[in-house]
Amino acid sequence: MDIFLQQLINGLTLGSIYAMVALGYTMVYGIIQLINFAHGEVVMIGAMIALSVIAALAKSGLHPVLVVAIGTACAVPVCMAVGYVMERVAYRPLRGAPRLAPLITAIGISIVLQHLALMIWSRNNLAFPQIIRTETYPIGGATITNVQIAIVLIALAMMAGLALIVYRTRLGTAMRATAQNLQVAGLMGIDINRIIAATFVIGAALAAVAGVMVGTYYGIAHYTMGSLLGLKAFSAAVLGGIGNLPGAALGGVLLGVVEALGAGYIGDITNLCHFAGVSEALERRCSEDPHLVLFGSNYQDVFAFLVLIAVLVLRPSGLLGERVGDRA
Amino acid sequence: MKLLEVSRLKVNYGGIRAVKEVDLELAEGEFACLIGANGAGKTTTLKAICGVLPAAGGTVRYAGESIGGTPAFALVRKGLVMVPEGRGIFPQLTVEENLRMGAYARADAGVAGDLERMYALFPRLRERRGQTGGTLSGGEQQMLAIGRALMGRPRLLLLDEPSMGLAPIMVEKVFEAVRSASRAGVTILLVEQNARLALSLAARGYVMESGAITISGDTASLAADPRVRAAYLGEGE
Repeated sequence: MDIFLQQLINGLTLGSIYAMVALGYTMVYGIIQLINFAHGEVVMIGAMIALSVIAALAKSGLHPVLVVAIGTACAVPVCMAVGYVMERVAYRPLRGAPRLAPLITAIGISIVLQHLALMIWSRNNLAFPQIIRTETYPIGGATITNVQIAIVLIALAMMAGLALIVYRTRLGTAMRATAQNLQVAGLMGIDINRIIAATFVIGAALAAVAGVMVGTYYGIAHYTMGSLLGLKAFSAAVLGGIGNLPGAALGGVLLGVVEALGAGYIGDITNLCHFAGVSEALERRCSEDPHLVLFGSNYQDVFAFLVLIAVLVLRPSGLLGERVGDRA
Repeated sequence: MKLLEVSRLKVNYGGIRAVKEVDLELAEGEFACLIGANGAGKTTTLKAICGVLPAAGGTVRYAGESIGGTPAFALVRKGLVMVPEGRGIFPQLTVEENLRMGAYARADAGVAGDLERMYALFPRLRERRGQTGGTLSGGEQQMLAIGRALMGRPRLLLLDEPSMGLAPIMVEKVFEAVRSASRAGVTILLVEQNARLALSLAARGYVMESGAITISGDTASLAADPRVRAAYLGEGE
C-alpha cells in the first residue's frame, strides 16, 4: 500500500474539516479582532445534536444518507443560534473593552458550553451512529472511502458557498467593509452589530457541518472533542494568515495533510533501529525486532502545534496574511 | 423649516471637553461652512451631529426630531450622511463596491442609475471601478468618498476637511462635485481648515474657536470681517 498517497487522502479529508472550522475563527477575527476560543465547542454541539437525531432516526427505516442529512439540518440551526447568543450575550457587551476581556470571556464561554454538553450528553465517549455503510475504493495503491469523498466534496461546496456570500452579496460586501473599517461602515448605514452577529452565525453553520463530519469520520463524540479540534483549526487559521478567508481554507488543508503525513511517517523516522550501528545492545535488540520506535502515530496531535510554533516564529502574518501585528 | 438645529451642544473627546457650547442651524438646501483652527472642535462637532460621538449636553434636532443618542447607521437611513476626515475608503473593496456601500441603506431600485451618475460625475472612478480603493491616489479617494456619500442620496451632507492633502487641481474637481450636489438641493455643512476656499463656496459660515462658535454670518461679511481676515485668511489688519 502506498503510505504517502493514503496519508495524503486522509490528510485532505481531515484538512477539509479543519478548513471549515478555521474559517469561523478567521471570519470573527477579521471583523472584530477576537479569537473566539469557544468556536470549537460549537463544532462539538453540532456533532452532539446530529448524534442524537441520527440515533433517534437510525431504526426509522429512512435512507441512511437522509438520516444524516436530517441530523445535519437539525445541528446547523441549533449551532447558528448558539453562535448568535454567544455574540449577543458574551461579546457584544464587551465591545470597546480591552482586548483581553473578550478573550478571557471566550474561554469562559467554552467551559460553559462544554459543561452544558456534559450535562445533556454525559461524560462518556459516545458512539456516533455509523449508519452509512463505508464503501472503499482503490485509488493508485491506496484507498478512499465514500465518506471521505463526501466530506471533501461537501466542504468544497460549503466553502464555495461562503465565498459567494462574502464576495458576491450585499451582506458579504458589508462584512468586508465592516472588517476594514468599523466606524466608516456605520457611516454607510451598515448596522455593524447585525453584521457581526451574521458573521458569528455563518461561522457557526460551518462549524455545525464540520461537527457532523468529525462524528461521522471518527465514529465517536465526546463533550471535550471541540477543544483540541478548535485549537488545531485556530492553528490552521494562523497558518493561513488570521483574518484571511482563503488563508484559512489553505491553512486547514495544509495542516490536515501535515498532520496525516506526520502521523504516517513519524514511526518510521524515529525508529532507533536506523541507527543500530551505534551500540551493540541496540544492534542485538533490533536484530530480534526491527521496530524500536521513539514516537508513534499517537503523536499526531503534536504536528498542528509544531506548525503553529513554526509559523509564529518564521512568518507571524501567516502564508497569505499581509498585516503584521497591527492593532495588537 | 430648519433641517438641522444644534443648540448648546457639548461633547467630550479624549477626556477633554472638545466642544464647549455650539449653536448652529441649517435651513433645507443651505450650504454652510464651519471654519477654525486645528483643534478648535470642528470634527468633534460633526461627529456628534452624525451620531459617531455621544453629546455630553445640548440637543441636536434633524428634520424636526431630536436625534441625540441615535447611532450613525440609523441616521444615514434618514439621509444624514457624513464624509469623514481622511476619507475612510475601504481599502480592499473595489471602487464600485465602495460606491455600492454608500447605497447600503437604500432599498429603492435607483442604485444602478445613481452609480452611472457618479461615474459621469467622476469619470476617473469609472476607469478605476475594478481597482481596490487602497490603490487610488488621495484625490481619487476623496472623489470616491464624496461619490459614495452621494450614493446614499443624502438630505444633509457633512463634509470633514475634503481638501486635506490634495493637490489644487484635485481640490477643484472635488469641490465641483460638492457644488453640483448643493445645486441639486442637498443641504451641506462643510468643515474646512482652508477658510478662503470654504468661504468662497458656502453661503453662510460659522467660525469656531476652542470649542465654541465665536462669529457667524453670511460668508461675504465673514470674509470682510477683520478678525476672520487676520486669523484665517492670513491678511494683516
